[in-house]
Formats: sequence, structure tokens, C-alpha cells
Amino acid sequence: MHEMSIAQSLIDILKEEMAKHGAGTLRSVRLHIGQLSAIVPDSLSFCFEVMTSDTEMEGAKLIIETIPLKGTCRECRLTFEIKDYTFECPECNSTEIDTIAGQNLSIVEMEVE
Amino acid sequence: MKISVVKNILEANDRIAQENRAIFDEKGLVVFNLMSSPGAGKTSLLEKTIDGLKDHIRMGVIEGDIQSSHDAERIAQKGIPVVQINTGGACHLDGNMIRDTFKDFDFDDLDLLVVENVGNLVCPAEFQVGEDFKVMILSVTEGADKPSKYPLMFHESKVLLINKTDLLPYVDCDIEVIKKEALRINPRMTLFEISCKTGEGLDAWYSWLKETVENRRADLKGK
Repeated sequence: MHEMSIAQSLIDILKEEMAKHGAGTLRSVRLHIGQLSAIVPDSLSFCFEVMTSDTEMEGAKLIIETIPLKGTCRECRLTFEIKDYTFECPECNSTEIDTIAGQNLSIVEMEVE
Repeated sequence: MKISVVKNILEANDRIAQENRAIFDEKGLVVFNLMSSPGAGKTSLLEKTIDGLKDHIRMGVIEGDIQSSHDAERIAQKGIPVVQINTGGACHLDGNMIRDTFKDFDFDDLDLLVVENVGNLVCPAEFQVGEDFKVMILSVTEGADKPSKYPLMFHESKVLLINKTDLLPYVDCDIEVIKKEALRINPRMTLFEISCKTGEGLDAWYSWLKETVENRRADLKGK
């Protein structure tokens, strides 16, 4: 249940951004959640809803997109989707893989008034 | 009005973790974050490791639990510095909680600081505390399907200690499957098979840890 901590960090960032842009109402927020992260989207939405009631963010919609896990092979430079968490190059079988997407939690866009 | 903001949601914690790390580095202190599900043997491993390396490494421990000071009392009996954090409900430790313990340690007297996280196979993997690396324990009673069910922690950890191997004859767990699955998710992982109960396999872990701490301290001194 670390979604509560994540929701709190999210709210802190949103507050700061809203103040920066002089916004009074938050309509929606678009989030990218990496496939490898251990976040349950429904539970994050629930925590966000509870924690923003009676604030300027009340009723804001969380649009959560799950970002597939992608890696680049250090040996043959192939970029591929890492399926089933198997960190092995499908081309040359190397296990020297750099994760390039699907591990982060980020805010990408917010709609305010 | 749409505003585009590309920001890492965990940046506040990541920043504090980086600040912690800078302090550890300056003090030449090696830090690892010890994670597992509840009851896998984190505190037992530490008790053994403290005894096994007491002539070589000066260790300190931060104990994280939701409630109680049982674990800190166990570690304190070994005569090393220990601080208990009670998260009061939170399922993981974060950078801030670790920073709050700094006043209770004299880092100049330590080579290694171990952060024993809250027992949980999910959340602690997401929050950096300023560690050099992560170590996890999986006990054979938990089953061989855990790496594929909880990939993040296996992917993030440098070391996997498979504990309670003395129970293998009594449980339906294929240790080869654990090893294969863990290495599929994290091919760079170092694996040890241990039993904190019988002591089997612990010597290899002690040697690895001693060497790792010595190498890292030498690197830090060279900076």
C-alpha cells in the first residue's frame, strides 16, 4: 500500500505546478507508470481521490497509462520490448540489457483552469 | 489549459536519497538496503553476519518496522549501534526517515550501515534511501513463484540470499526454479543459498560482503 505515499508526492508536485501557473482548479492529470513499477493504478486513483477531497484538486481525473518495459542490448544495440520480465536480448541472447522505458513513475501533463 | 510537465513523481524522495548517499560517501561508509517479506530472516541474517564479521567490519543497523522495537533489541544485544524506526503504518522506509537517524550514529566509527527495511516484497523496492546496493532474502517456504510475482525487487537487488535451505526436504519448493527465475529477471544478481538456522552457506556470504565493503571503501578513499 505505498500508493498513499505516491499519491502524496504526486499532490505535492501538482500543488507546486498549479501555484506556478496561477491555476485554481485541476481538471485532469496524465501519468505514465512503468510496467516494472509496483504500482496498482486503481489503488493510486483511490488514494488520490480520498486525499484531494475538499481541496482545489477535488474531482480531478487521473489518466494512467502503463508504459511497457523496453530495453537496449549493449552487445548488438537492438531495442526491444522486454516481455515477461526476461532481461535477455531476443537477437543475440546477451543479458547486458539497459532498461530504457517502463521503470519510472512520471507526471506528463496536467489540465488546469 | 493544458500544461506539459515531465516530472518523476518520486523526485522528492530520490533527491533526499542522493543527499544521504553523498554523506555516506564522504564518510567512507558502505550502505545496503536489506529487503524481504516478513519472516524471511532479515534480522536473523544480521545477527549471524554481525558475529561472522565482527573482527573485520564495524557495522551499524537501522531497523525499520511498522511497530515495536523487537528487532532493534535483538541487534543491540550484539553490542553494535542500532536505531529503530517505527513507520507507524507505512509499508516501507524512505530517504527522510533514514536522514532522521543520522544524529544517533557516529559514522566515523562505522564501515558498514545496514538498513533493514519493513518486511514487504513490494513497496520498499520503489523507494531509495541512499544505499550503495540492495540485498534481498527469499526463504524457501515462500515458494519458487515469487520472482515472477514480484519482479521489481528481484530486478533491483544486487544480491539474493535464499534462506531456510534446511527446510527444503519438507516444503514443495524447487530451489533451482528460484535461481533460474531470479536470474531471468536480473541476470547480474549474485545468489547465495543459506540457512541462518544451521549456518550452512553463510561463509560464502560473509566473504562476499567483506570483499565488497573493502573494495567500496577503497574506492571512496581514492576519490
